[in-house]
Amino acid sequence: MNAQFPGSIRWTRKDLLGLRELSADEINFVLETADAFKQVGTREIKKVPALRGKTLVNFFVEPSTRTRTSFELAALRLSADVINISATTSSLTKGETLKDTARNLEALHADILVLRHSSAGAPQFLANRLKASVISAGDGAHEHPTQALLDLYTIRERRGKIAGLRVAIVGDILFSRVARSNIFGLLKLGAHVTLVGPSTLVPREFEKLGVEVSHQIEDVLPKADVVNLLRIQHERQRREYFPGIGEYIRLFGLTKERAKLLKPDCLIMHPGPINRGVEIDSEVADGLHSVILAQVTNGLAVRMAVLYLCGGVAT
Amino acid sequence: MKQARQKTFGAVVPIMDAETIGRALRRIAHEIIERNPQLTHVVLAGIPSRGVEIARRIAAFILQIRKIKIETGIIDVAMHRDDVGTRPELPIVRESKLPLPLEERTVIVVDDVLYTGRTVRAAMDAINSFGRPARIQLAVLIDRGHRELPIRPDYVGKNLPTSGSEKVKVQLQETDNKPDAVWLGREST
Repeated sequence: MNAQFPGSIRWTRKDLLGLRELSADEINFVLETADAFKQVGTREIKKVPALRGKTLVNFFVEPSTRTRTSFELAALRLSADVINISATTSSLTKGETLKDTARNLEALHADILVLRHSSAGAPQFLANRLKASVISAGDGAHEHPTQALLDLYTIRERRGKIAGLRVAIVGDILFSRVARSNIFGLLKLGAHVTLVGPSTLVPREFEKLGVEVSHQIEDVLPKADVVNLLRIQHERQRREYFPGIGEYIRLFGLTKERAKLLKPDCLIMHPGPINRGVEIDSEVADGLHSVILAQVTNGLAVRMAVLYLCGGVAT
Repeated sequence: MKQARQKTFGAVVPIMDAETIGRALRRIAHEIIERNPQLTHVVLAGIPSRGVEIARRIAAFILQIRKIKIETGIIDVAMHRDDVGTRPELPIVRESKLPLPLEERTVIVVDDVLYTGRTVRAAMDAINSFGRPARIQLAVLIDRGHRELPIRPDYVGKNLPTSGSEKVKVQLQETDNKPDAVWLGREST
């Protein structure tokens, strides 16, 4: 079967914890599988029986609406049963350990566990101990693999390829799992990556990964094929890293004026939720360059692909 | 890998070659023309990957015979199978492409080998998720018997009585990069 499709590989992972451990072939395989699932969203009946009879637990210890909803809808479209558990509705607040909570979920015969956690490595910890598939929906400042996959999917869809493109990631890189997963994925697929932001949030240390670092957004914008803006995480900023919102906008915000520097076919991406007027001006977020809503649509297809592949392997 | 596969295929009997495959598909094209007076309503929906190629060839014959270009499509069955997780290998999903809307149309499902009928059932489910065609028909190059579901083909290139331990191998130039051929082999061990 595989012989007829050169380049296609066999998927053997029950878990998706990050992009760092994936090969370029595996990443491309997920993106190709997502093509098939994207098409399901355009059918009259947007549901396929692929994961019928399986149970997915959305376990979000850190708040999230869009990622959780996207996983939930993806699972429903694959005919899986879905349970949502958030930090406040779980017994974590009563002092139960993560491992005990997870073992209880497994005792209920959950097949797939989607985990969002504030501690880096929490999904790995559970993946090593559970028979169920574990899909990371973001852990601490480690990785957010499905976000990066949907970003890659969107770039590939709009530009036809990823290799050779110049991608700028702007903002709070130091604390960003989205940035980390994107860096791993983009480099594996052959893109040039430039990180942009204040030196406190984008230390030169990152150059060791094989990316460029810049503290001057005006130098980077005219050459970029893709600009991925990260949300300024007010809730996580500590004063020593961050001078203030006003200064950030002045130095790094993608304002109307700065957007004039962009190439006509440059893509503007943002993982959401956007802070209009902070990292991006409203006119730019809603403008021609923006593929922010396409990212949301593609996120659904990519998550269907990930659930299908990992959930199909686990049994 | 390749050697291992040859080995399990055991003694091989040639069943069809490029010429007989061509004749069989041409005959199917004639039968489709006969049975469907409104040819422009017909869609040939191939099941990847050889079904897609066979559908393309039948459409080419119909164009040759009647000068009518009928529509073709691709129907992915992987995500509609009832055995995900029970097979050692996860089926690769591919994008389905059908002309829409399906209402008023006759969708002819096209595949290389008809065996248990489970793939065809999955294909019918997949088609129904796109809409409600006026009718669904089935065309196959080889019918090897052993149905597990109440499904029968409308157009058959060749009926090939087989035993359960035998394997039918179809190879087409476009999908396999080797000359057209059909073989019957016995699984060794």
